[in-house]
Amino acid sequence: MSRRRSAVRAGDTRAAWLFISPWVVGFLIFTLYPLIYTGYLSLTDYDVINDPSFVGLDNFRALVSDDKVMLALRNTAVFALMSVPVKIVLSFFLALLLNKAGRATGFFRTAFFLPKMTPPVAIGILLLLMFNGQSGLVNEVLGWFGINGPAWTTDPTWVKPGLVLMSLWTVGASVIILLAALRNVPQELYDAARVDGAGWWAQTRHITVPMTSGAIFFLVIVDTIAALQSFTEAYTAYFGAGNSTYGNDAALFYAIYLFQQAFQFLHMGYASAMALLLFVIIMAITAVQVRLSKRFVFYAGEQS
Amino acid sequence: MQRRARAYLSMAAVGTVLLTGCAQGTGGGETSNATYDRGTKLSGKVSVMGFGATDEIGKVRLDEAKKALGSKVKVKLIPGDLDIQQFLSSVASGDAPEVVYADRGQIGSFASRGAVIPLDDCIKGEKIDTSAFRSSALDAVTFRGHVYGIPEFNVVQIIQANADLLRRAGLTLDDVNGSSWSKVSAANKRLTRTVGGKLKVIGFDSKLPEFLPLWAKANGADLISADGKTAQIDDPKVVQALTWAVGIYNAQGGFGKVKAYRDSADFFGSGNQYATGTLGAMPMEQWYVNVLNDVSPKAPMAFDTVRDRQGQPIAFASGSAWAIPKGSKNPGAACRFARVMTQTSSWVKAAQERVRLRQKDGGLFTGVLTGNVEADKKIQAMIKPSGDQKWDKAIQAEYTANDHTFSMPANPAGQEFETAWQDGVNRVLNGQQSPKAAMAQAQKEAQKALDDAWAEIGK
Repeated sequence: MSRRRSAVRAGDTRAAWLFISPWVVGFLIFTLYPLIYTGYLSLTDYDVINDPSFVGLDNFRALVSDDKVMLALRNTAVFALMSVPVKIVLSFFLALLLNKAGRATGFFRTAFFLPKMTPPVAIGILLLLMFNGQSGLVNEVLGWFGINGPAWTTDPTWVKPGLVLMSLWTVGASVIILLAALRNVPQELYDAARVDGAGWWAQTRHITVPMTSGAIFFLVIVDTIAALQSFTEAYTAYFGAGNSTYGNDAALFYAIYLFQQAFQFLHMGYASAMALLLFVIIMAITAVQVRLSKRFVFYAGEQS
Repeated sequence: MQRRARAYLSMAAVGTVLLTGCAQGTGGGETSNATYDRGTKLSGKVSVMGFGATDEIGKVRLDEAKKALGSKVKVKLIPGDLDIQQFLSSVASGDAPEVVYADRGQIGSFASRGAVIPLDDCIKGEKIDTSAFRSSALDAVTFRGHVYGIPEFNVVQIIQANADLLRRAGLTLDDVNGSSWSKVSAANKRLTRTVGGKLKVIGFDSKLPEFLPLWAKANGADLISADGKTAQIDDPKVVQALTWAVGIYNAQGGFGKVKAYRDSADFFGSGNQYATGTLGAMPMEQWYVNVLNDVSPKAPMAFDTVRDRQGQPIAFASGSAWAIPKGSKNPGAACRFARVMTQTSSWVKAAQERVRLRQKDGGLFTGVLTGNVEADKKIQAMIKPSGDQKWDKAIQAEYTANDHTFSMPANPAGQEFETAWQDGVNRVLNGQQSPKAAMAQAQKEAQKALDDAWAEIGK
């Protein structure tokens, strides 16, 4: 009997492996192998064309003394710290609104999601048009209220805030996720709260936020990682073909500097070391976030 | 089952061998023992990377090249501009194109990495007359005493100004051609117009960061030594040139304002800065004359060469070149291709076709600037007065500039060197650093890049 059960279990296991095998193969070829190879390249001097030559930890030593690495890290950190909270708060607010929209929700859901379909390169170009200090739409609107808008695209102080605001263009995806989470909050909880005399703010604070904290936490993790890897929009606007000679230090994100080292200067070894450093930083930040989440995130499943 | 698999495998292997056999053609398949001879009959394939025969100047010469290679050679253009990484990867994986079309500024980096081969044998075998090439163009592709590229187009800058705005401000071309920097600064102030804090007319655009080498040279300084080994970015004359050129922007409310206004203009359309009277003058590449002539033939234009501080014409030459990658499977054919694409008779034929087409649609033939002095002379002789003095002046300025060019020598860290000085200029433009401090930092970065790259070659 037990032998048969274990045979069945072995069969199940095999089937399970078979089902996940496409993912496993993909992971091995497209994630694990490049990761290991990056680790190897980071210990070499490699210019794409000549064979890599082993240089030990030289690349990592150079990383530490490279002022631009520090600048790029600082830029990226500041961008992430600004963009993630703004994005989460705005998407939560929009999701709350959509949740109240009744029948029109479907339409608005699509409308909010549509901008997400814009290719990132187009968003970079859009940034230059909308945030043009002289004739951009943003400053024109600010002008209606008597505000003299800044030079978003050239003044180093305003370059990152401009990029943060532009990143809100794709807030639609987060809104959809949060909306789904809101829909899952049991109505009884609100009914009970109302009976207890709780107002909108108390309900949001004590029911909505805790009950959607799982989704919020997911977005915090995903958005943080995306912000730390941010590349296309800033590259297109400040370093790409349209601006082949004008670049702005304030927009030099880590991934952009990595790209320059790898594909413009052909320092693949150095760029690999940079990639590994970013990997470690992202791992560390995510680990801290997961640890902190234990205190703030509520999982209904854990109670049962 | 197994047998069938083995059969497939051997078929694939044989197929591969056959294909590589086909790909060989003349030249022996190894660039190191290639033979170049103008009289040899050629066969095989020539795949061309980085070149698109998009207009008649490209198409006619491509046809000439195909003719010279003979019917047994198949020429294939790989679509798209040159992607450096794609090119180098193809060389590294032994799948290099037979010939590559690149910016002259990239040739030094390619040569230093061994990605392209020296062309001494090619030049000798195909009897390419290098004396016909412009020396500034040849210098840009000469690395450690060997020529690595056959120069193609030439790009120079001329002063392009709005005659109406000049006249109304009581100015002449002499005030904006750079012969006197104080005059340019004064003209800039008179031409600039600001309404309610908003820039309405850009007086003079010194075109930073890209034209720093031009202003530095006009002030008697080079950004890099002739041997391509020493950066000279912190030279007081470079700092002086930068300080002046940035001052032009500062007098108009800062670079941010000028750039934002410049970005909002319809650069390639009829709403360009000259047609709308929103720009006094700027140095600009000669091809823009064609754009202006096409989209706004009635714009009140005035042209002159850029002048150095002694009043002599000056231009920074850039452009493209043909090179043969390491591992090119048909270097003999690649060499002949490069020769025919750049020889005088091909340029002249291409220019004749352009003249014909321009006449047909009533447009102006503004000449073609090449790295070949002989071709330039012959093509210039084909230009007829248009009857509109301003465009004739443009062409005249173009050709005068072409005769007074300088270039940066090939070096193994071309891209990093350029990034270093451009980032430095950008820091000044963004108000983050003074010209002196920015150039000192750029000097340090550029010299390190040069030292590292040259040391790599010495290994």
